Amino acid sequence: MGTLTLDGLVKRYGPSTAVERVDLEVRQGELVSLLGPSGCGKTTTLRMVAGFIEPTAGRILIGGRDVTRAPAYARDTGMVFQSYALFPHMSVAENVGFGLEMRKVGRAERESRVMEALRLVRLDHLAARLPRELSGGQQQRVALARALVVNPAVFLLDEPLSNLDAKLRAEVRLEIRQLQQRLGLTTLFVTHDQDEALAMSDRLVVLAAGKVQQVGSAEDLYERPANAFVAGFVGRCNVLAGALEGPGRFRLEAGAVLPCGPDETGVPSHAARLVALRPERIAIAAGERGEGLPARITAVTYLGAETEYHADLGGTTLLVIRPTPPHGDPLRRLAVEDRVTLQWDPAAARLIAGEAS
Amino acid sequence: MAGRVGVRALIVLAYVIIFAPMVTVAIISFFDQEIVSVPPEALTLKWYVNAWAQRDFARGFVTSLQIASIATLIGVPLGTLAALGLARSSFRGKEAVNTFLLAPLAVPAIVAGSALYLYYVMAENVLDMDIKGTLGGLIAANVLLTIPWTVRLVSASLAGLDRSAEEAAANLGARPFTVFRRITLPMMRPGIVAAALFSFVASFENLELNLLLVGPGRVTLPVAMLSYLEFRMDPTLAAVATVQIALIAAMMLITDRFVKLSRVV
Repeated sequence: MGTLTLDGLVKRYGPSTAVERVDLEVRQGELVSLLGPSGCGKTTTLRMVAGFIEPTAGRILIGGRDVTRAPAYARDTGMVFQSYALFPHMSVAENVGFGLEMRKVGRAERESRVMEALRLVRLDHLAARLPRELSGGQQQRVALARALVVNPAVFLLDEPLSNLDAKLRAEVRLEIRQLQQRLGLTTLFVTHDQDEALAMSDRLVVLAAGKVQQVGSAEDLYERPANAFVAGFVGRCNVLAGALEGPGRFRLEAGAVLPCGPDETGVPSHAARLVALRPERIAIAAGERGEGLPARITAVTYLGAETEYHADLGGTTLLVIRPTPPHGDPLRRLAVEDRVTLQWDPAAARLIAGEAS
Repeated sequence: MAGRVGVRALIVLAYVIIFAPMVTVAIISFFDQEIVSVPPEALTLKWYVNAWAQRDFARGFVTSLQIASIATLIGVPLGTLAALGLARSSFRGKEAVNTFLLAPLAVPAIVAGSALYLYYVMAENVLDMDIKGTLGGLIAANVLLTIPWTVRLVSASLAGLDRSAEEAAANLGARPFTVFRRITLPMMRPGIVAAALFSFVASFENLELNLLLVGPGRVTLPVAMLSYLEFRMDPTLAAVATVQIALIAAMMLITDRFVKLSRVV
């Protein structure tokens, strides 16, 4: 058990930088996700923590102990690999017992701890099988048990769900989270799937191009994205370029003026700003009303529980997502070219620093 | 549909071409007459008895067995280490080294045999000791046959090996040598077993390479069979060949029970 601290972690491969100064503190019992698109440096960071890649600069501390130069076998981390990485020639019980064997735990204690770990993942009845005789989900749970049984100071998960089918993924995701909370495991979790990260994490770290974009809870990232990348990567978002005309008034490049929230960006007044507006925060009404902004529907996509609308607002297209209206509601008959009025709480249109990409 | 039938026919044809000579040899070994003609006048086991009576064949068999076993025991570990080196490191000229190690398969064995013969003669003059015709000289030459097979088969098994299993072992506290012994080596086992089998067979049945290197009183089975053929044309050779085929087939079947050869080769 312990904490994990990354202090200015850098990894360069020749002239290219894979990870650029990552600072992070994972507290005891906390699950922190590294979230980002492929190539953002999340797996490189995890592998540096495990000791498979040597950092170019910076420090890694596990439970306060500097392990930056320690070999992988001396780090006390428990890792679950994307490919499961089970030992194909060993039985399930031997796989799970391997770490205990390396720690010179006696046979009797080893056997009881292995069975306990297998019970934890509900696989005790398959202890004698070989990995290839198990399904993907079962193999994944063996990998979990193998990493858990040694009580690692830090639990590392490298996209552990991406080889599972969708239904199983939701199941195993919940199972991992419950185990992690019950056992109080300090966990670093790498994923490119934002739903997975939002559902499982205490805190998330959004990475792009090797740099930390934002650290925060799921709510922080969703409601208060720090920049256009986070706004666009975590959930769906209208990110609109323009300029602040006055307090609460944002003029889009195409001309329309939107109501927006207070300026909390902290950048100089002449610096570029964007507005981030979540599509489900926009109210839509049929016809043109006095209040709100007039717009024209350019696309309607029925998705069952929700319906997506594209609305043209003086040359800028906004994505609007609403619960599908009931039959009889005038919105239900909304079609392309219909006139509508859009409205939102100004605070929902959040100003963020940055330029349109 | 026609395409499927065509493919089937092709597969059957391939098997017929592969098995026809072996089956023919086995059948002929039971023909009674000395000069083979069809149909046989009678069937007999006398050629097997005659083969057993030829001391050259029995001695050749033992010599071949000895050479092939020892060459395999030396060549497979060497070739395995070479394959590991090639798979796990990058250095200038790696491709060249790889090609060099596979070369004994590409060079006609009779050419390699002649080259070795000349080399041995030169070495004997320089070192003032016997090399050709000695057990050591034959084993050294046969190690040459085992290396390309080993490098090829072990490299193939290494290429398919999931390296994250090794990382998982390290992550669980295994030091590098323990990782190699407990994880890497067992995962390579099918490749190594196949390599040993093919090395042994390649060495055991080799004629051309050993032809010039054998000496008086130390003749391999294929060479003994060739010299028998120079004087006699009776089906004794067919009997010897049939026994050989049966032995090798048995070895393959036994090996396949432990390691699925179809997975490696």
